[in-house]
Amino acid sequence: TFALLKTTGDVKDTTSMFYTVYELDTMKGGNSRCAFSLGFLVGTCTLYVFLRQVWFEESFSWQRDGKNLTPPGPELNNNNLTQRVDGSALINLKLPHQSGEDGHVADELFRNVRILCWVMTGPSNLQSKACHVKATWTRHCNVVLFMSSEEDRSFPTVGLGTGEGRDQLYWKTIRAFHYVLKNHGNDADWFLKADDDTFVVVDNLRWILSNYTADQPIYFGKRFKPYAKQGYMSGGAGYVLSKEALRRFVEGFNTKVCTHTTPVEDLAMGQCLEKMGVLAGDSRDTMLRETFHPFIPEHHLTGKFSKTFWYWNYCFYPIVEGPQCCSDLAVSFHYVDPLLMYTLEYYTYHLRAYGYRHRYQPPEPAVLDPPSQTVKPTEVPQTTEEHVYKKSSNAVKLRTEARKTFQTEKLTNGTQKGNSMDSSLTSRHQSQE
Amino acid sequence: MMSEGCSFMKGMFLGGIFCLVMSLFGTFSPGPQGDGHLHHHLKPVSKDELQKLSEAQMYDLTQQVRVYCVIMVTPKLLVYWATANDTWSKHCDKSVFYTSESSKALEALDLQEDDEWARLRKAITHAYENAGDLRWFFVARPTTFAIIENLKYLVLEKDPSQPFYIGRTEKSGELEYVEYDGGIVLSYEAMKRLVEIFKDEEKCPARGHALWKMSEEKQLATCLKYSGVFAENGEDAQGKSLFNKKSVTSMISDSMGKNPNDVVESCCSDLAITFGGMPAGQMQVMMYGVYRLRPYGHDFHDSLTFLPPKDSDND
Repeated sequence: TFALLKTTGDVKDTTSMFYTVYELDTMKGGNSRCAFSLGFLVGTCTLYVFLRQVWFEESFSWQRDGKNLTPPGPELNNNNLTQRVDGSALINLKLPHQSGEDGHVADELFRNVRILCWVMTGPSNLQSKACHVKATWTRHCNVVLFMSSEEDRSFPTVGLGTGEGRDQLYWKTIRAFHYVLKNHGNDADWFLKADDDTFVVVDNLRWILSNYTADQPIYFGKRFKPYAKQGYMSGGAGYVLSKEALRRFVEGFNTKVCTHTTPVEDLAMGQCLEKMGVLAGDSRDTMLRETFHPFIPEHHLTGKFSKTFWYWNYCFYPIVEGPQCCSDLAVSFHYVDPLLMYTLEYYTYHLRAYGYRHRYQPPEPAVLDPPSQTVKPTEVPQTTEEHVYKKSSNAVKLRTEARKTFQTEKLTNGTQKGNSMDSSLTSRHQSQE
Repeated sequence: MMSEGCSFMKGMFLGGIFCLVMSLFGTFSPGPQGDGHLHHHLKPVSKDELQKLSEAQMYDLTQQVRVYCVIMVTPKLLVYWATANDTWSKHCDKSVFYTSESSKALEALDLQEDDEWARLRKAITHAYENAGDLRWFFVARPTTFAIIENLKYLVLEKDPSQPFYIGRTEKSGELEYVEYDGGIVLSYEAMKRLVEIFKDEEKCPARGHALWKMSEEKQLATCLKYSGVFAENGEDAQGKSLFNKKSVTSMISDSMGKNPNDVVESCCSDLAITFGGMPAGQMQVMMYGVYRLRPYGHDFHDSLTFLPPKDSDND
């Protein structure tokens, strides 16, 4: 029996357990038996406590958060394939997409309405602000450039050779636009300027711009009225120039028509463009709601601006407070800190209400191929919708009239361009009527 | 002496093995939950399953899954009452605010009850009795923002005549409960059993224990447990929690710290149902962000359609 016991030194199965118990019986001395029982008890308790603490709790939290279960998002995996670096520029090869979404319309606009986004930043803001801009909305542009006073190869940023500070803003803007036209004039149709605390929904900007062409001298943004006859666009809310507008801006400096001594960047921009015959466009949606916003969403949606606040006197179009302040297809918000930047990215591109049929059904832009669906683009599901829709289409007619009169006054460079713009405008309105 | 030490060691080793074997057997045996469904984690119906259904079946399901929102307010939370009233609660098929006491400007059902647990019991009883043909119940505070469409999607093909108790689950000792701040989902059957067990003063006392008070969420879980209803964690197809007791900014902030290279993707579910502890202004922004703000040209061909509510302009 002892020989048998010796070979079963490895206590791994029930039979060997049985043998060791047998051993117990043949053992001499109750002391050994006591020690054994005590050992057995201690072993059981220790392992029980250990298992409870470690094993079960770990498995529970692992199952819950699913961090190990979540497959990495498609964007994370393909960063090497969706973006390439070309000197100081970031070239996006395709749009990021959510799993399960049909983004073919957005993709078509990405191909047809190419936007170069340049972000005004500085050396001290690269890690605190600009990097979050790079991680969020600029991934949806066709080309991205970060403009700073100094070059930084690793970020990358373009060095404009200026100083930093408010008084340098217009000078930086001039140099940035010159750089962009010279180095990337053929890479895009539209050229957007934004700050490192501006959040932009580039897909919605494409929707607006798709009704125009890059050879029209026009620019869009949040329109302010004072100091310039046709108004000018707020710098912080971002503004976008057509290629023709950009050419004329640069030409304005070559011919000394535009000056570069004004500290107020956006106003100086507006005045220069006005002198060069570039039209200040209306960026509102088909329900006349603003798309470019000079403040954060919370202020526009919930704030009640005091009657003495400068904003009232600055806005070109009537201010609307409350939910109708802002279009569903908003393009920009300003004074956005990094936390809000990611939050807005989550709201815009990720979080949604399953199956929800939006109230606002925007008309499809003319530049795309005729839609394959049988549903009319401007379906109006509810009576309140209808009422507002009728009002807005009348307003749109008035807007066209106003634009026509402005054009005949302002545009000196031949009426041909004016007419082509006119016809594209009417075609846009026809598709919605 | 040596032989005693040896036997002690042998005993300890055997004891460990014994424990391991017993626990392994333990995990393989069926759990104590009855009634045929045994899961801690509840996910929405898969896309493939949905596509198998006919249009008529889809329509039936959409009509069937209707939610009664039970929102517990107090006069202190007047601003939150107003915000919830103006925002997410409009998407419930029926939403009723229950208050501890009446107050000017606060339009809610006065339960005249200070004690939180007693108030919750009264509200649940009232909701059950006035359910009409609504079969799903969502209990929350007005500081929680809920996306009811995503809730409907989660429970779409689940049978409300089975007991369901869903939300963000947490464990306190042996008790698994749903966190109040993340919102609590109860099926009609669960409500029925609750109302029944409220009558049992021993298992489900009205005033709680005199010496030590459990929070209402734990009391609720205890009563439900006695009725054979167990908490389930609501998750999406990727395993991300759909119910959140933290606000969205809090979660994004956490993600910025933990996953700076992938902040949004690793934060929260695309079809999240709740966020708790939301300030009133942020709720208005979330209303805009969920129901309106979107990038043009990105479509989801969802199998269901939920229409916007009447007389509303912020969604």
